[in-house]
Amino acid sequence: MSDTTPAALAPAATAGTRKRRRIRASDIFDHAVLIAGSALMLIPLLMVFQMATVPDVEVIKTGPTFTIGDQLDDNFNKAMFQASGFSGENTGSRMLLNSFILGIGFAVGKIVIGMMAAYAIVYFRLRFATLAFWVIFTTLLLPLEVRILPSYEVVQKLGMLNTYQGLIIPLIASATATFFFRQYFRSIPEELVEAARIDGAGPVKFFIDILVPLSRTMIAAMFIIMFVYGWNQYLWPTMITTEEDMFTLVRGIKQITQVMEGNRIPEYGRANLLAIIAIIPPVFVVIFFQSWFVKGLMESDK
Amino acid sequence: MAQVSLNNIRKVYPNGVEAVTPSSFHIQDGEFVVLVGPSGCGKSTLLRMIAGLEDITDGTLKIGEREVNDTDPAHRDIAMVFQNYALYPHMTVRKNIAYGLKNRKTPADEIARKVAEASALLNLDEYLDRKPSQLSGGQRQRVAMGRAIVRDPALFLFDEPLSNLDAKLRNQMRIEIKALQRRLGVTSIYVTHDQVEAMTMADRIIVMNAGKIEQIGTPEEVYHRPASTFVASFMGAPPMNLLSAQARDGSVHYGDTVVTGCNGTEGQVTLGIRPEDILPDDNGPLAIHVDIIEELGAHRLLHGSIGDDRLTMHVGKDTPVSTGPVSVSVKPGAASLFHHQTGQRL
Repeated sequence: MSDTTPAALAPAATAGTRKRRRIRASDIFDHAVLIAGSALMLIPLLMVFQMATVPDVEVIKTGPTFTIGDQLDDNFNKAMFQASGFSGENTGSRMLLNSFILGIGFAVGKIVIGMMAAYAIVYFRLRFATLAFWVIFTTLLLPLEVRILPSYEVVQKLGMLNTYQGLIIPLIASATATFFFRQYFRSIPEELVEAARIDGAGPVKFFIDILVPLSRTMIAAMFIIMFVYGWNQYLWPTMITTEEDMFTLVRGIKQITQVMEGNRIPEYGRANLLAIIAIIPPVFVVIFFQSWFVKGLMESDK
Repeated sequence: MAQVSLNNIRKVYPNGVEAVTPSSFHIQDGEFVVLVGPSGCGKSTLLRMIAGLEDITDGTLKIGEREVNDTDPAHRDIAMVFQNYALYPHMTVRKNIAYGLKNRKTPADEIARKVAEASALLNLDEYLDRKPSQLSGGQRQRVAMGRAIVRDPALFLFDEPLSNLDAKLRNQMRIEIKALQRRLGVTSIYVTHDQVEAMTMADRIIVMNAGKIEQIGTPEEVYHRPASTFVASFMGAPPMNLLSAQARDGSVHYGDTVVTGCNGTEGQVTLGIRPEDILPDDNGPLAIHVDIIEELGAHRLLHGSIGDDRLTMHVGKDTPVSTGPVSVSVKPGAASLFHHQTGQRL
C-alpha cells in the first residue's frame, strides 16, 4: 500500500499535464489473478447466502440464482432456535455453544499442555529431554484418524462419551504447540532465567511471572490456529457425541440436510444459514487476534 | 557486606575441559575486586560459580562466614548485573526493580520505600513506569543496578556490565558504578576484559589467563610489577615492550648495551619496559628507528624497531618527534625482568 502512494500522488501534483501513470500489462495480469482468487473464495459463500434467503422449494427447483429472497428471518429463526432431531435439543444456539466449548477448550488445553511440555523440555535438565521432544514431535505422524479406534475405546471405557471432557481431552496433546513454544523459549536469553533465579523466582514463579507474559503473542498465535482447528473438528465429535444436545455446529449441519424422508424437502435454507453462522466465530477470532498473530510468529527480539 | 573467600575453587565441565584451575583468594569486606583477562580465560565461569549459576567442581566458597557451595543463588545474598542487563521486558522499571523483593515476601510499603530510594540514587524517578524497551542503554544499565541495590545484598557481582555501551557512556558509567560502590560499601566482584576498566575501578585486580590466576594485586602493582609476561602484555595500552636480553655480571645487556642492573640472574632473560619509561635522550645508549607516529593529542606514541624487536614509546605532547633514528634511555629502575621461557617475573 504505502509504496504505491507516492506514485499515485505524483500525477496529481502535476495536474493538468497528461502525466498519467501508464498501466502495464503485468499490473493487469497481477490484478486479474488477485480478483480471480478472491472470486473463487467469495462466490461459493455468496451462493450459500443467496440460497439461505429463498424458500427451500426454490433451491430444489432452480438452484442458486441472482435474486435475494425474503426467507432470511424465517431461516434464521429456524436455524438458531428450532430443533431438528428427536429430543428437540439440537437447536442452532445449543450447537453454537457446544462448538464454542469445543473450540475454546481445545485451544486452551493445547496451549497449556504445549507450554508446560516445552517448559519442561527447554528449562529442566532432563535425562532424555531431546528424545522426549522428538517422540512428541513424531506424534505429528499419527493424527487422530490413525488412532481413532483405540482412542474411542479408551474414551468409551472411561465413560466419557457424550461429555465435553470426552470431546476435548483426547485431542489436547499437541506436538505443534509444543514445538512452537519450544522454539520460542529457546530464543529467550539465558540471562533472563539467571536473573530470575537470583531474584528468587522458583520454577513455578518463573513460568507464571516471566515466561507466560513474555509468550503472550505466541499464545495468541497458537490460540487462533488451535481455535479454528478445534472449531472445525468433524470426525471426533461425530464419533463421541450421539446425544443431540452435544452436537457441534459442524456436525449438526449435516444432520439437517440428511432428514429426507417421505416427501419432505431438506431444509436447505436453514442448513445454509447455519453454515454461514458456523464460519463467523473463526473469522472474528482471526480478525481480532490478527496483529498478535503476526507478531507472535515473526517477532524474534526479546 | 561480607568477606568472600575462595579455597581451591575448580571447574571442570562434563566434557572434561578444565575451565578454572584450582584458584584461591580472599576478598575483604567492602572491597572492589576486578577479574580481568582475555575472553575464554575462565573469569566469567569463576563469577558464575560465585553466583551459584554454575556448579563448583571442587573447593569451597564462603560468603561471609557461610559456606555456600550448595546454596541456591537466591539464598546466597548476592545481586548480579548482567552484560545484556537481563531486564524483564514485559515489566515496568518499577516492577523490574521490585521483583526480587516481592519474591522475598517483603511488605508492600517497604518495597515502595526501597524502590523510591534506589530510583532516587540512580536518577530513575521519571522512568519508573516505562518498559525497558523505551529506555536507552545507559538507563537500562541503571535499572539493572537498581535491581541489584534494592536487595541490599552482601555481595555485588558484575558480569561485563558496560560492554554493550558506547565508549563515552562507558566512561561515565564506570565512574558512577565506582562512586556507587564506594557509597554503599558493598563488597563487589566485577568481571571485564577491558584492562582500562580494571585499572580505573579496582581496589585489587585479579588477572586471569587460560583458567589460571596470573596475578592478584592493586592496579599499581599489576601495572608496575607484572608477575608474568602475560600480565605485562595484557595490562596497559599500549602493552609493555618485551625484549630478549642477556643478564651477566650484575647487569642486563641488550645487544652490547647495558640497559639496567640486576642481581643474581645470569643468562637469557626477557626484558620488559613500559612505553612511558623509554625517554628520548640524545646521549642515550639505545638507538631506535621510529617508523610510525601516532598522534593522540595529549601525548604521542612512537612505534619503531630496535635490532629485530618492535618497540613502542610514549612521549609527551611537547617533545619534538620525527621518524627516523632516535636515541633513547631507559628510566632507571623501571625495567622488569622475566624468565625467558616460563615468562615468570624474576
